[in-house]
Amino acid sequence: MSRGPFTAALVGNPNAGKSALFNALTGARQKIANYPGVTVERKAGRLLLPSGEPVELIDLPGSYGFNTTSPDEEVTRRVIMGEQAGQAQPDVLVIVLDASNLEQHLVFAQEVLELGRPTVVALNMVDLASRDGLVLDAAALQSELGVPVIETVAVRRRGLDALGAAIGAARDVAAGPTPPAPRPHVTLPERRLLARQMAQGATLSETARHRVHARIDKLLLHPWLGPVILAALLFVVFQAVFSWAAPVQDLLEGGANALSDGVRAVLPASLLRDLLTDGVIAGVGAVVVFLPQILVLFFFILLMEATGYMARAAFLMDRMMAGVGLSGRSFIPLLSSFACAIPGIMATRSITDPKDRLTTILIAPLMTCSARLPVYTVIIAAFIPNSRVLPGVGLQGLVLFGLYVVGVIGAMAVALILRRSITKGAASGFIMELPKYQLPTVKDLALGLWQRGWVFLRRAGTMILTVAVVLWLLLNFPRAEEGRSQVDASVAGHIANGLAVMMKPIGFNRDIALALIPSMAAREVAVSSLATSYAVDTGDEAAEGQMLGDRLKQHWSLATALAFLAWFVFAPQCMSTIAVTRRETNGWKWPAFMLSYLFALAYVFAGVTYWTAVAFGLG
Amino acid sequence: MTLDELPQGHMARLAAIDWSALVPEEAERLRALGFDTGAEVRLAYRGVLFGRDPLAIEIGRMTVALRRVHARAMHVEQPAESATA
Repeated sequence: MSRGPFTAALVGNPNAGKSALFNALTGARQKIANYPGVTVERKAGRLLLPSGEPVELIDLPGSYGFNTTSPDEEVTRRVIMGEQAGQAQPDVLVIVLDASNLEQHLVFAQEVLELGRPTVVALNMVDLASRDGLVLDAAALQSELGVPVIETVAVRRRGLDALGAAIGAARDVAAGPTPPAPRPHVTLPERRLLARQMAQGATLSETARHRVHARIDKLLLHPWLGPVILAALLFVVFQAVFSWAAPVQDLLEGGANALSDGVRAVLPASLLRDLLTDGVIAGVGAVVVFLPQILVLFFFILLMEATGYMARAAFLMDRMMAGVGLSGRSFIPLLSSFACAIPGIMATRSITDPKDRLTTILIAPLMTCSARLPVYTVIIAAFIPNSRVLPGVGLQGLVLFGLYVVGVIGAMAVALILRRSITKGAASGFIMELPKYQLPTVKDLALGLWQRGWVFLRRAGTMILTVAVVLWLLLNFPRAEEGRSQVDASVAGHIANGLAVMMKPIGFNRDIALALIPSMAAREVAVSSLATSYAVDTGDEAAEGQMLGDRLKQHWSLATALAFLAWFVFAPQCMSTIAVTRRETNGWKWPAFMLSYLFALAYVFAGVTYWTAVAFGLG
Repeated sequence: MTLDELPQGHMARLAAIDWSALVPEEAERLRALGFDTGAEVRLAYRGVLFGRDPLAIEIGRMTVALRRVHARAMHVEQPAESATA
C-alpha cells in the first residue's frame, strides 16, 4: 500500500489551545499564507509521526459549529467538508478540546464526529483543568465518543508522541476494511444535552476551588481600576518601545556605518559605490534599524493575546467603542494596527457586522503603525529636548505618546462621522468569549515574534530596497553639470518642485516634498530618503559623519518639524495598506475613499499645526 | 426579570429567550455559546463607565461578554436563595 504524504487538520472551538498545540507539533517549520480567494489565514506545518512519516498539519480557524457566522468559521467548515478550493480534504481530523470546558467544546466535537471522517481527539490543557480542581477520565470519554482520546499539554509537550501515533493509526483504519462511517444527525439542543452528560461522565472529581482567573478578573475588569490598569499598561508599552530598543538600535546603526566604510575602502570612488553606500546600505539600514522597536511592540501585543488579556481589553473598551458606533471587537484589529495596518485590517475579518468592519478598516491607518516610528523617532530626537518631565518619564516619550493619542482621537472622530453618514446602520453588537488566563510559553512568543520580524525584514529587503535604489536613481539622474546642485537637476527634484508649490502653505520645503514621493511605498522610507537627499545635497564625505537629525535641524524650523509629524499622523503613506484594503473590500471604491479622506485630513492638520506654531513664534 | 436586571454576582436560570429581538447571526453565536432555555448563568461583571455595558456572563465554565441589548432579550428566573456573591 502506498504511503504518500497525508494531511491532518486541527479543529476546535476558539481558545481550545489549538495554536499552542500546533506550535508544539510542528515546531518552527510553519508556512503562513492565505486561503485563495478569501483573506483567512492558512497555517500549515510539518509534523513527524513517531514512525518518522511526515504529515502536513493544518491549523484551522477556531469555530463554534458548522452553522457559520464569520468568514473564518466558513473556511473551517469548507476545509473539513473538502469544499475549499486549493485545499485537499484533510485525511485525519484532530479535534482539540479544552479539558476544563468539555461541556461546551463537546458540542462542536459531536458535529464534527457526525461526518464519520477519520478522527482523533486531543484532550488539551489537562494541566489547567487539574489546576481548576478537575480530574478527568480520558478512557471514559474515549468510549463515549468512539474515537481515540489523547491527553495533551501542548506547552509541556505532553502526549505529543501518542497523538502523532493516533493520527497515523486513524489514517490506517480509514484505509482498512472498516473505515469510520457517518453518524446520524443530532440537533443542537440534543448535542448540548449529550455534551453535558459526557462531560459529567468523564469527570472523576471536581473540587469547588475558586478559579484563579475569576480573581484576576475581579481586578482587571474592575469598573474603574480596569481602565486605569489598561491605560497604564499601554503607556508602559510605548515607553518600552522607545527605551528598550535603543541599545540594539545603536548597534545596528554602527553596523550599517561600518559596512558603508568597508565598501568605501574596497571600491574606488564611482557612481556604483555611491549607489551601494548612499542608496542601498543607507536606505535599507535606516529602516532595519527600527526592527528592535517593532519587535518590542509585537512582543507586548503577542503577550496580551497569549495571556488572554486582549479579550479583557476588548471588554473594557467596548463601551467607548460603542460610543462611536463600533464594538470591542474592533479594539483588537485597531491595536494590531499600531504594529502595522495590514495585519490589523486583515484581523477585521473577526468582526461579523459588515458596516462595523468597513468602518474599522477605514480608520485602521489612523492608528500609529510601527512604520511611522522611524519618522517620529528621527524628528523627535532632533527637535524635542531629551529632558525628564517626571522621574522615568521623558519628554520625548511623552511627545511620542501624544502623537499616538492624536491618531486615536482622529480615528474615533472619523468613525463617529462615518457611522452617521457613509456606513450608517444598526448599532453593532458585541459577543465574545473571555478566555482563561494563561502563562504564555517562551517558545510560542519567540515563534510569533520571529514570524512577524521576518515579514518586516522581507519587506525591508525587497520593497524598501527597490524604493531606495529607484529613489537614488531619480535623485542622481540626469547628472548635474559641474558645480550645480545634483538634486535640482534630477528627475525627483523636478517632481518635488511641483509638489512643493502645493506643500508650501503648510510649511513643507522641497526636501520634504521629495521625501513624500518614495514614502508612498512605505512610510519608513521617508527617513532614508531624507537621509539620502541631505547626503546628496551636501555631497561631501565630511558631512556624511553628521547625524541626519543634526542636518534636519539646520534645514527645518520647529514649526516645519511639528507640521511634518502632524502630516504623518494622518497621511495614507503606504501602498500596501491601500492594496490590502482593496482586497478586503473587493474593489477600488473604499481604498480610493480612504486615500482621499486621509490626504485631506493630513493636509489640514499639518497646516493647522504649522500656522499655530508660527503664530507662537516657532517658525 | 431580564438578564440585564440581574444583580451583579447573582446566579439565575434562563427561562425564555426572545430570539426574534436579536440579529440572526448574533442569535446563532449566542446559541453556539450555550445560551438557551434552561442554562444556568451568573452575572459576573458589568462594564465600565455609566452605561455599565457590556456584561460578562458566566455560563458553564466560560465567561462570555455581551451587550445589555442582548441580555434584555433573555428572561431569567432566580431560585429563591441564589445570592452567591
